Amino acid sequence: MTILIRNGRLIDPANHIDQLADIFIKNGRIAAIGEGLKDNGVDKVINARGKVVAPGFIDIHVHLRVPGQEYKEDIRTGTAAAVRGGFVGIVCMPNTNPVIDNVPLVSYVVNLAREQGLCKVWPTGAITKGSKGEQLAEIGDMKEAGIVAITDDGRPVTSSETMRQAMIYAKQFDLMVMDHAEEKAISAGGAMHYGKVSSMLGIKGIPSTSEEVQVARDVLLSLETGAHVHIQHISSRQSVALVRWGKQMGARVTCEATPHHFTLTDQIVADLNYSTDTKMNPPVREEADRLAIIAGIADGTIDIIATDHAPHHIDEKAVEYQDAAFGITGLETSVGLTVTKLVKPGIISLAQMVTMMSTRPAELVGLKAPALVEGAEADITIIDVDKSWTVKAEEMASKSLNSPFIGWELTGAPHATIVGGKLRMLEQQVIGE
Amino acid sequence: MPGLKRKDILGLRDMTTDEIDLILNTAETLKDIATRSIKKVPTLRGKAYCTLFYENSTRTAKSFELAGKYLGADVINVSASSSSVKKGETLLDTARNLEAMGLDALVMRHPAGGAPHMLARHLSCSVINAGDGMHEHPTQGLLDMLTIRQQKGSLKGLKVAIVGDIMHSRVARSNIYGLTKYGAEVWLAGPATLLPTGFEEFGVKVTTRVEEALEGADVVNVLRLQLERMEKSLFPTVAEYHKFWGVTPARLKLAKANALLMHPGPMNRGVEISSHIADGNQSVILEQVTNGVAVRMAILYLLMGGGEAA
Repeated sequence: MTILIRNGRLIDPANHIDQLADIFIKNGRIAAIGEGLKDNGVDKVINARGKVVAPGFIDIHVHLRVPGQEYKEDIRTGTAAAVRGGFVGIVCMPNTNPVIDNVPLVSYVVNLAREQGLCKVWPTGAITKGSKGEQLAEIGDMKEAGIVAITDDGRPVTSSETMRQAMIYAKQFDLMVMDHAEEKAISAGGAMHYGKVSSMLGIKGIPSTSEEVQVARDVLLSLETGAHVHIQHISSRQSVALVRWGKQMGARVTCEATPHHFTLTDQIVADLNYSTDTKMNPPVREEADRLAIIAGIADGTIDIIATDHAPHHIDEKAVEYQDAAFGITGLETSVGLTVTKLVKPGIISLAQMVTMMSTRPAELVGLKAPALVEGAEADITIIDVDKSWTVKAEEMASKSLNSPFIGWELTGAPHATIVGGKLRMLEQQVIGE
Repeated sequence: MPGLKRKDILGLRDMTTDEIDLILNTAETLKDIATRSIKKVPTLRGKAYCTLFYENSTRTAKSFELAGKYLGADVINVSASSSSVKKGETLLDTARNLEAMGLDALVMRHPAGGAPHMLARHLSCSVINAGDGMHEHPTQGLLDMLTIRQQKGSLKGLKVAIVGDIMHSRVARSNIYGLTKYGAEVWLAGPATLLPTGFEEFGVKVTTRVEEALEGADVVNVLRLQLERMEKSLFPTVAEYHKFWGVTPARLKLAKANALLMHPGPMNRGVEISSHIADGNQSVILEQVTNGVAVRMAILYLLMGGGEAA
């Protein structure tokens, strides 16, 4: 298949590109970049006039729910949601059933994704067996089978010594340790941010300190061990400050922010009258936290944007708030929220958005970053930065609909997603085989 | 008199003073029925409601039951295991099944804050919150306000001290939301571990010194201390709690001489409140219970009956 992307604004800061040009794709690769390329015999021409053509976006925090929880999401629906959201690749979390902590399970996901996936899928492996926080999983073996990082996301390692050894061990395999930083002893039983809104609503709160003590621990352990630790879904102002301090001290610490953490505050729980689509972990916190996250994005303390796409079945959400599952979907609203909340207000440039959603995420997990250069694999995301659209449940490709953003008006939409030279999405319509 | 133009009673936070006035005035009118020798009127004959309690209750459940019976309604009472998951049926399914039997209202107590709000969205019958977790207990708030209003005439400018485990108390929240709407000066006092964060922003005073809250108070509302809070390291012993935060005869003297002493029950005598004053002449604790029936009659009447014709 050949594709010609006409008249787009190519933005790829890693390769110092910001120009109007055409891109010709052939045999899965970028065959030519230039002005006025011929469209004779081209299978598909995409008019990108007025749109941004970027190296393909990658989300390094996705719950694909495979294996074991396919009633929430499966490879097909999860990757469909990804390409609909403008992502050419996703990194999936190992807190499945069973936990992805060995080679056969890693291979299962890799192979299934190759057969059924609409985008690229890279698994992560558990840090400890069963994510129980006790014995290390076979980290080296899993790396050979295809994992790109290790994490006990959702069931974070409690023992600081186990975490320390995991970092030392992972470093020799050049693997990043991703941490869902949460001291469960502090957060236990909580269902939303601990603050005046939780007081008002009578919901047990999750104090910010439950995250911060673990971020501080991780930063210090990274300083000691030299291992690369990546703080997932940073949610509090003090956590941002701790990461900033860690970077200044020379720690190999990176972190991600989710669109919901830079968009919402705990007030959403009251505004949506206890809707369980506002329940996620870590919770959205106060305006000062949201602003600190935005400041961290602007000054580079926060390296990337990731969604923590966490699909849940309606039966797990249509229950009492305290009993509902934690998590919201994110793949299909990430670009829209990022453009609306960060790019349009001038907090980051389009170039920074590309860095935070494509180049840096790829680098963090040790992948070759997508690039708009001749000869590179054709992993490309086209964004209509000025398009206004409404988030609609019935249009979502994910199997689950647990999003507090349904009904929101956003500016900026993914226009096309090209994965390895194949057109997988055009005008928010997913394209299968 | 305007009717109550709402389907549900979920909490006092989102109610207007007009609505609260209507409920309290109606309660005053209906209160006589409960004290007559023949305690039955046909006002709600042909109406049916259910009390659905996922937590133990004597006062609230029985008071709701009697309130409807005095007005001639049919009532069924369901007390469920606190976990709907354990029963294998979701809360929503239980409620929908009960509604399908033809209920006009569902009165629910549930350990999860926001549970009645979820039901209210999904049911077409009225939902009345009889206490949701640590959130609200609107009928208790209303009966407390009725009791104060009867004794003091007005709520405006009164200093009301609420003492005890504020953090976990739905009674405290409903009192705060209701009383502040009428311009009362609300003080919260208790151990720091049992005070909720951020309440100063709702226009109340918060202190760990019970004496400061009681000083010159017009009303002292003492909350029940749940003894299981000790296991969570929120306070060390009953003795220490009583020493620093118990409302004793000596401490009550700090309040105005005609201050009212209230307690939502059930009391831990000798812990949060001393028996001498609980049974003393400042106590209106049993008056609260009587008013509870009246307030619940008013709410059942306004939601199920001729609210418009009242």
